[in-house]
Amino acid sequence: MKHRLSWFNVTSLTLGFAFLYLPMLILIIFSFNDSRLVTVWGGFSTRWYGALFQNQQFLDAAWVTLKVALFSSTLATVLGTMAAYVLVRAGRFPGRTLFSGMSYAPLVMPEVITGLSLLLLFIAIGLDRGVFTIVLAHTTFAMCYVSVVVSSRLMTFDRSLEEAALDLGCTPFDAFRSVTLPIIMPAVISGWLLAFTLSLDDLVIASFTSGPSSTTLPIKIFSAVRLGVSPEINALSTIVISIVAVGVITASLISKHTIARRQREEMEAGHG
Amino acid sequence: MPSNPAIAANTRPWRDPAAKPFISIKSVTKRFGDFTAVNDVSLDIFRGELFCLLGGSGCGKSTLLRMLAGFETPTAGQIIIDGQDMGRVTPDKRPTNMMFQSYALFPHMSVEKNVAYGLMREGKSRAEAYERVGEMLKLVKLDQFARRKPHQLSGGQRQRVALARALAKQPKVLLLDEPLGALDKKLREETQFELVRIQETLGITFIVVTHDQDEAMTLATRIGVMTEGVIKQVGEPRQIYETPASRFVADFIGSVNLFEGQVQSLDGSQMRVRTTDLGEVLAPSAPGLSVGQTIWLAMRPERAWMTRDVPPDGVNTVPGVVQDMGYVGHMSSYLVQLANGRVIRVTQANEGRRDNPISWDESVHVSFDPPDFRVLTE
Repeated sequence: MKHRLSWFNVTSLTLGFAFLYLPMLILIIFSFNDSRLVTVWGGFSTRWYGALFQNQQFLDAAWVTLKVALFSSTLATVLGTMAAYVLVRAGRFPGRTLFSGMSYAPLVMPEVITGLSLLLLFIAIGLDRGVFTIVLAHTTFAMCYVSVVVSSRLMTFDRSLEEAALDLGCTPFDAFRSVTLPIIMPAVISGWLLAFTLSLDDLVIASFTSGPSSTTLPIKIFSAVRLGVSPEINALSTIVISIVAVGVITASLISKHTIARRQREEMEAGHG
Repeated sequence: MPSNPAIAANTRPWRDPAAKPFISIKSVTKRFGDFTAVNDVSLDIFRGELFCLLGGSGCGKSTLLRMLAGFETPTAGQIIIDGQDMGRVTPDKRPTNMMFQSYALFPHMSVEKNVAYGLMREGKSRAEAYERVGEMLKLVKLDQFARRKPHQLSGGQRQRVALARALAKQPKVLLLDEPLGALDKKLREETQFELVRIQETLGITFIVVTHDQDEAMTLATRIGVMTEGVIKQVGEPRQIYETPASRFVADFIGSVNLFEGQVQSLDGSQMRVRTTDLGEVLAPSAPGLSVGQTIWLAMRPERAWMTRDVPPDGVNTVPGVVQDMGYVGHMSSYLVQLANGRVIRVTQANEGRRDNPISWDESVHVSFDPPDFRVLTE
């Protein structure tokens, strides 16, 4: 069944996409601007990309950001998955509602407050601020996102699969490792990706918990912009946008392909 | 009559009072909060049996099975399998394997990996395990599908993978939770006999949970009829059908006409019963009955005789009018309304191509042979 789009649909689609992507489009166009002035078009050039890769400060910040994101998202995934498993599986125990409420609370907590409280904690226990403290801070808030994603998958998980594993001679841990984990892996991976992106673009919490030697990219960009938007920033943002776009498009193509193949195989099985 | 595997095997240890049970369930109770799922159940099952737990949904049959597998712990009571108390034994250490209602095949593993799963945990070598996998897949006729993933199989094939996986470790007892529930009718009938063939080949004790009485009757050496957490009756399919112990069992298995009445007089092997629907009838006497006692007479629809004229001997005959009839091919089913308005069910075999079968709105006489009544006191 094919529908022709009505004029109303075309208009709302155009407006919606324009609203979402016009700012980014302008940013991308101006990253190829030859002029030093951000708002004046001076011809096409890629020189700001070259300049960007000469800028050691940006490269250092990018490296710090990447390290923080990798470590914190991995740690958050491990902890978040464990929390989700316990909260979904442990059944009723005293204080279960309190625990699950508490594990979701950081989702709605203003970032400023999370950042400030972590800063106070680090000062109180005398922890020097640096990459390590940012990792801890990001793990703290990203963990809840992972636990939400993973627990929603676990809710629909057929428990008899685990029981079958136990029945066939597994210890509970072995059953989790060889049956549960591979099956919920897509949710764990999307949890990890979510944690990774949250950590990549976090500005508020990182600025509370970073030290002088550990500036992340968002902090760097933010402070650079305060001195005026340079075309280098545009170039940097364009790179980030393209990385994200390639990632998202690849992921959706792969998942579309997998679903289509699975449906075809199920059809064939039904006839066979 | 479908041939009964127990009779074919000609071993019926439950008839021998000295026989030692293989599985003993002793006064087992399971409560979930305020709800009692299984209430003081005791049951003995013998080696090589194909025992069916039959009952409606929520009767506790699955809970009982899960307690045998070790997924639930009894609130009270004891389960002994092959002389070993299962009290503190976890599912992975029990000599039982289970075939789940949802099959619970591991979706990320191929058919052969699914079947090999339990064998690999046992510490068998790869070669040894896969040899066994080959045997198992041959047994369930799936050897060509070893490399497929579960979602690439049809429902019937998945069911057989689940069976092969549960059998691979050569359990002492195989527990099957609604093994044929997800199959369509035709496939279910074929698979019933397949299941019996496999059980006889391997000689493993099977315990099957089902809500389908035809399935239980075809498969079982013995049936335990459950309701509201208790086993109402245990017996061979024929016993359960012919000599039900209670109105519940009589009504649950097959269809039945139940007539309430009071014992009028006892006379050796026979007694006279005053019923509201049939008037005074002759029924077989049973020990322990007294005059005036309220009893129920159970009569299977196929044991009632229906004629146009009054039969010559005239014992236990009541007049009625055919209210409705259904032609099923090998037999016809009639609803006959008696004089007091009560409707009873009568079936007649369509043996010859009779010219003139009884039809709608005809006046008929329904007779009951006294020994065909089953006298029930509860």
